[in-house]
Amino acid sequence: MDWFNNFWAVYSNLVLTLGTNALLALSIYLTLSCGMLAMANAAFMGIGAYTAALLTMNYDTPFAVSLAGGMAAPALVAFIIGKPTLRLSGVYLAMATLGFGEVVRVLILNTEDLTGGALGLNGIPQLTQWWHVAGAVVIVLAVLWRLRRSKVGRAFEAIKEDETAAGLMGINVTGYKMLAFVLGAVLAGLAGALNAHLTFFIGPNEFGFDRGVEILTMAILGGINGLVGPVLGSTILTLLPELLRAFNAFRLVVNGLILVLIVLFLPKGIWDPMRFRRWFRADKARSASST
Amino acid sequence: MLEQQLVNALSLGCVYALFALGFTLVFGILGVINLSHGAVFMVGAYAALQAVVRLHLPLWAAMLTAVIVAGLLGLLIDVLVLKPLRKRGAPHLIPMIATIGVGILLNNGVQGIFGAENLRFPYDVLSQETLTVAGVHMTVLELAIIFISFALMAVLITTIKKTQLGRALRAIAESPKAAYLLGINVEGLFLATSFVAAGLGGMAGVLIGLYSNAVFPLMGQPMLHKGIAVIILGGMGDIRGAMIGGLFLGFAEVMSVAYIGSNMRDAVAFGLLFLILLVRPQGLFGKVLERKA
Repeated sequence: MDWFNNFWAVYSNLVLTLGTNALLALSIYLTLSCGMLAMANAAFMGIGAYTAALLTMNYDTPFAVSLAGGMAAPALVAFIIGKPTLRLSGVYLAMATLGFGEVVRVLILNTEDLTGGALGLNGIPQLTQWWHVAGAVVIVLAVLWRLRRSKVGRAFEAIKEDETAAGLMGINVTGYKMLAFVLGAVLAGLAGALNAHLTFFIGPNEFGFDRGVEILTMAILGGINGLVGPVLGSTILTLLPELLRAFNAFRLVVNGLILVLIVLFLPKGIWDPMRFRRWFRADKARSASST
Repeated sequence: MLEQQLVNALSLGCVYALFALGFTLVFGILGVINLSHGAVFMVGAYAALQAVVRLHLPLWAAMLTAVIVAGLLGLLIDVLVLKPLRKRGAPHLIPMIATIGVGILLNNGVQGIFGAENLRFPYDVLSQETLTVAGVHMTVLELAIIFISFALMAVLITTIKKTQLGRALRAIAESPKAAYLLGINVEGLFLATSFVAAGLGGMAGVLIGLYSNAVFPLMGQPMLHKGIAVIILGGMGDIRGAMIGGLFLGFAEVMSVAYIGSNMRDAVAFGLLFLILLVRPQGLFGKVLERKA
């Protein structure tokens, strides 16, 4: 098992980041599946990370309590800002939530007594074990899978397809949107809390605009028709910079290029069951005609 | 002191407005939130810097170079990325993500070629003279920024309101399909818009590069965030709104630095933005299109 130990020593952080990024991608998938382009996930992640880290460091709470706090705080904030914000739709919602994200970042930056300001929080105990992350991903996937097939999931889908029609059918549009928004915040907070206890350090700029955009990109890249897409997208986007190390200074250039190419040539994301089915059919048709 | 602050606010606001003009033009006519606009802005600044340092061009020629280089880059992005997506009828989100990729590519490409360090325009490229009117100091650069911004805005507004070209553009903004059926050269005007918008971005890049005396690969990112704030404030896709939004943000920032404290600068700007979104989500001048059942 020597090779495994070596591998783990070098890459454990990367592997665990795969997990937390998958949670982030799923958190934005949740709001997207309800037809909302909300981009506050990075901010919610930050709120979760700071809450959990501060609980652990200042109050010596058990890890489970810190995690719970890291999920509860963003949920509360989401509930409060959701009321006015979710009236917006489309691009306006995206911009409002991005604006909120910047507000959160600047607030963290300026409450130095509590959050350490620009210096961030240092020396967070590394409590996150690999099975915490794995367990969180599995549980979240199971819950979301179940949710998709429930009344709630169908309501989300109806709202995504046509909000007005969904409302006329008696679906409580505002209520379900709020539910999706708060659940998304909980997931992002969980990812943040796990991540904070993994990386030893958190700073305000990790949770800014770029992270928000990155989270959205993961989901869109993978495809948002199901649960596989976001997980696949987050995996690819996490691994890509590592795989492109050979390009040195230009590796992020290649990263950007790949992003553009995928958007251009795979319109529904990488994971698109319809396309797979089409390929399969095309294959069958060809083999049928050749025989 | 207030007068001095007002002048500072005016020139800062004008730069924001200049950046936002291109940004809002693309949104208004192509319907795309172009997140590579920050990178194009940065490329403009680098183009001018290279023109001054390597080719020893005078500043006005360097600015022209920046506008042309940035404009051609915008044209290239449109032809290679946005046009195929338009043809496919991809939803708004998709071009936005594609432009994120373009932005990453450009930012890191420039960083790979020129390095991450902060470059400066040579000291003697610009007259350091200041004019003093009624106790208020103004550099030549500040005057130029204010003049150029207002002139460009006036030209844009007149073009869009009064000319045949402007009528065609407004028709496209309303519905590209209907405009096409009316015999308007929609694709050509899309390309022209991309060129002009990117050129404006490049111009803003040179001015900010001179104003803050710093040219670096990620200089466009904070600008992009501010640009988003500006076009939300002004109403998305509205040219007059971009100008007023930019000035408003400039004033809000300078005043908060002067009277509240320098570290609250961004908090004030984005706090205001958030408030406006809650009260008037369509921005100060925007229209909201709502579907009725």
